[in-house]
Amino acid sequence: MSNNDESESLLELRHITKIFPGVKALDEVHFELRRGEIHGLMGENGAGKSTFIKIITGVHSPEAGEIILDGKPVEFKTPVEAQKAGVAAIYQHVTCYPDLTVAENIFMGHEKTSGFMKRIDWKATHAEAQRLLDQLDAKFSSYERMGGLSVARQQIVEIAKALSTQARIIIMDEPTAALTQHESEELYRITEGLREGGVSVIFISHRMEDIQRLADRVTVFRDARYIGTWPIGEISQDKLIVAMVGREISKMFPKRHIRLGEEVLRVENLTRVGFFRDVSFTLRRGEILALTGLVGAGRTEVCESIYGVFPWDAGRVFVAGKPATVRTPMDALALGIGYLPEDRQKQGLILDWAIGKNITLPSLGKYSRLGWMDEKAENAAAGTLTEKLSVKTKSIFTRASAMSGGNQQKVVVAKILTNELKVIILDEPTKGVDVAAKAAIYEIIGDLAEQGYGVILVSSEMPEVLELSDRIVVMKEGRVTACLDTAATNQEEILHAAMVIDVAHDSAARSGEAYHGRA
Amino acid sequence: MAARKFVLNENLRELGLLMFIIALSAGVQARNPVFLTVSNLTSLFTNTAILAILAVGMTLVLITRGIDLSIGATIAFAGMVSSLTVAAYPTISPALSLLQGTLIGAFIGSIIGLLVARFNVLPIIATLGLMNIVRGLTFMVSGGKWVSSYQMSTGFKAIATGKTLGLNNLVVIAILVYALAWYFMNHTRTGRRIYAVGSNPEAAAISGIPKKRLVFLAYALMGALAGLAGVLWVAKFASAQGDTAMGYELQVIAACILGGVSISGGVGRLSGLILGTVLLGILNNALPLINVSPFWQMGIQGITVLAAVLTNVMVKRNTDRNALRRRAI
Repeated sequence: MSNNDESESLLELRHITKIFPGVKALDEVHFELRRGEIHGLMGENGAGKSTFIKIITGVHSPEAGEIILDGKPVEFKTPVEAQKAGVAAIYQHVTCYPDLTVAENIFMGHEKTSGFMKRIDWKATHAEAQRLLDQLDAKFSSYERMGGLSVARQQIVEIAKALSTQARIIIMDEPTAALTQHESEELYRITEGLREGGVSVIFISHRMEDIQRLADRVTVFRDARYIGTWPIGEISQDKLIVAMVGREISKMFPKRHIRLGEEVLRVENLTRVGFFRDVSFTLRRGEILALTGLVGAGRTEVCESIYGVFPWDAGRVFVAGKPATVRTPMDALALGIGYLPEDRQKQGLILDWAIGKNITLPSLGKYSRLGWMDEKAENAAAGTLTEKLSVKTKSIFTRASAMSGGNQQKVVVAKILTNELKVIILDEPTKGVDVAAKAAIYEIIGDLAEQGYGVILVSSEMPEVLELSDRIVVMKEGRVTACLDTAATNQEEILHAAMVIDVAHDSAARSGEAYHGRA
Repeated sequence: MAARKFVLNENLRELGLLMFIIALSAGVQARNPVFLTVSNLTSLFTNTAILAILAVGMTLVLITRGIDLSIGATIAFAGMVSSLTVAAYPTISPALSLLQGTLIGAFIGSIIGLLVARFNVLPIIATLGLMNIVRGLTFMVSGGKWVSSYQMSTGFKAIATGKTLGLNNLVVIAILVYALAWYFMNHTRTGRRIYAVGSNPEAAAISGIPKKRLVFLAYALMGALAGLAGVLWVAKFASAQGDTAMGYELQVIAACILGGVSISGGVGRLSGLILGTVLLGILNNALPLINVSPFWQMGIQGITVLAAVLTNVMVKRNTDRNALRRRAI
């Protein structure tokens, strides 16, 4: 598939394998970047793109494989070595010093100094910074404060910084995710300018539009493996989607048939300014509703609003038919809404505590009389729940930090179950757990639905969404783009709703509105 | 399973602290036999009682990831107001004086709690502000004058000099405070939640825990204990002055750190706190006994605190690593 013409190949990665404890993050991956090309890199979440970038930029070292730069094998042991070789990366969430000026940001780490005392030469710094900005057609000054710039302009500064290090390879990781249509156009223009200047760009994006518009060739990763590389003119959007998802979905857990009960939750035109808009859906007893879409589509934000972490601005929520006001998680719990947060270590657990104490934390009222703890009742309840969810542990007094990801997740589920709930929201419940634990968590989700809870499953993993849910709500850029019946849909339809450019709707949605990332 | 490896944990740290205290005491005793006499030990514990009471409040505040720099001023103000009251109404009961001081302190603590919990003012800033305000108020209410021993009723002074069940009142009050605090921190819902808020505020919020109320409570309790300590202080020294307990908050924080309380929140237990307070008390009492110069007294205190912090860091690293090692199994 790929053309191995050595003369125009700038960077080549062969048979790259990277193993993290328990996971193969990259499995014999190939990649070839030519001089002066924009190379699109696509893949689902977890396909290995981030790890791949970290290998090129010297953050991680691969277990196997070789990196060839200019026809010579190289090894990047540290990010500094990669930078010296001319590799620079620009991340989706700009990493900058907001209180320093643009010029200071550009030259951070390789300041322009003069003389024996290594005094910073401010005149030369600003002159060079301004020259780089002008080269990129940026319409702002090198004296501006970084934090005062828009995300788009901060990215331009990052690009200027890359150029200032004489970078020949610039990696852009989802740079358009936080940009408006207009700003994206600007970025396309700049990126094309870089190509004309002889720089090679690796452009990672979930947006078909970016890839179609910019890339010369596109490479697809899937499940940590290399799938293929195509010139952009030779592959259609639909074929790209198939390349990204094209695996057989193993029906390990046939969907259980659960009779759906009455409506437990109805969300009407829910809006939180800057995050999501006019989100509506319903949930019934015993139903599993999947909420999917790309990362950053606003799924987590919707759930956090329903749970009261960040209250909504407009719209209505009904719990069991009655209008509900949720301003804090306490309100949500009182109404019978439970939430399993996306980041179980940061938001779900107190890692230094025993798992028993973690489990009972949201419902201490149940295990105390007049404020005094009844430790016997507490430990008994924690013990029952760990058994029920088959948490693998010696006792409920084991520290949460001593457990594997899957078992930690079970503990967080146990935590939720100590309250009297009607609705359970699970945000990426299988993120970062191994296959066996995944299966166990699927089992638990099925059990919850069977017991009559209404379950909202936020997930980016297609197999999980298709296997477990009754209905699927797809979000894109803060709006619901599709509401699908799981039995009558497929991966392609879901991904289409989640990512493909629908020109009319898209431009309307993007024109006036500011989405996530900017307030 | 492999043989049990040596693991530096919290219990071991406290055992080490205890052994250090014993060794230190033995060393001091060898140099000056006055150290382990009933009269010296009584004075040691009486002097340490106030520090111990304050350390309990500071521990609560530190657990919530806060700090309180205002307590020296609160001690002075509560002590000044209560002794002025006694000077004006000599017949007032000592119990009422204690209550008065406690309420004044609780009020000041509530203002700090409100600033920190409700208005998100950084604890160090809020308490620094209150420290200056309250210190100024102390000078204002007293007109810059002292309240001296002859103006205080015998009953008032007996708060600090009298005995209950053969023990000095200050020591009895400290023991009571510790008993209540032990129950509160380990066996009540609120105590558990305070630890949760300090250990992981985000997880606590998602678990439906009212963080603001708990942070407020911690400062209010700290204030109440500082107010109580203020009355004890002026009764003990039989003198209330504008600059009473100036800078004492740092002694209290040092005692907490020696006791294993973490400045970054969530960690701290009373067993360690007692040892930390006693160690600081011994350093204050014993070093002058063996003719250590005042400069070296301060230096030795500083070195001890730093050593304790380093041990805390190692304990934390060890427990974390140990947990990870077990996870791999």
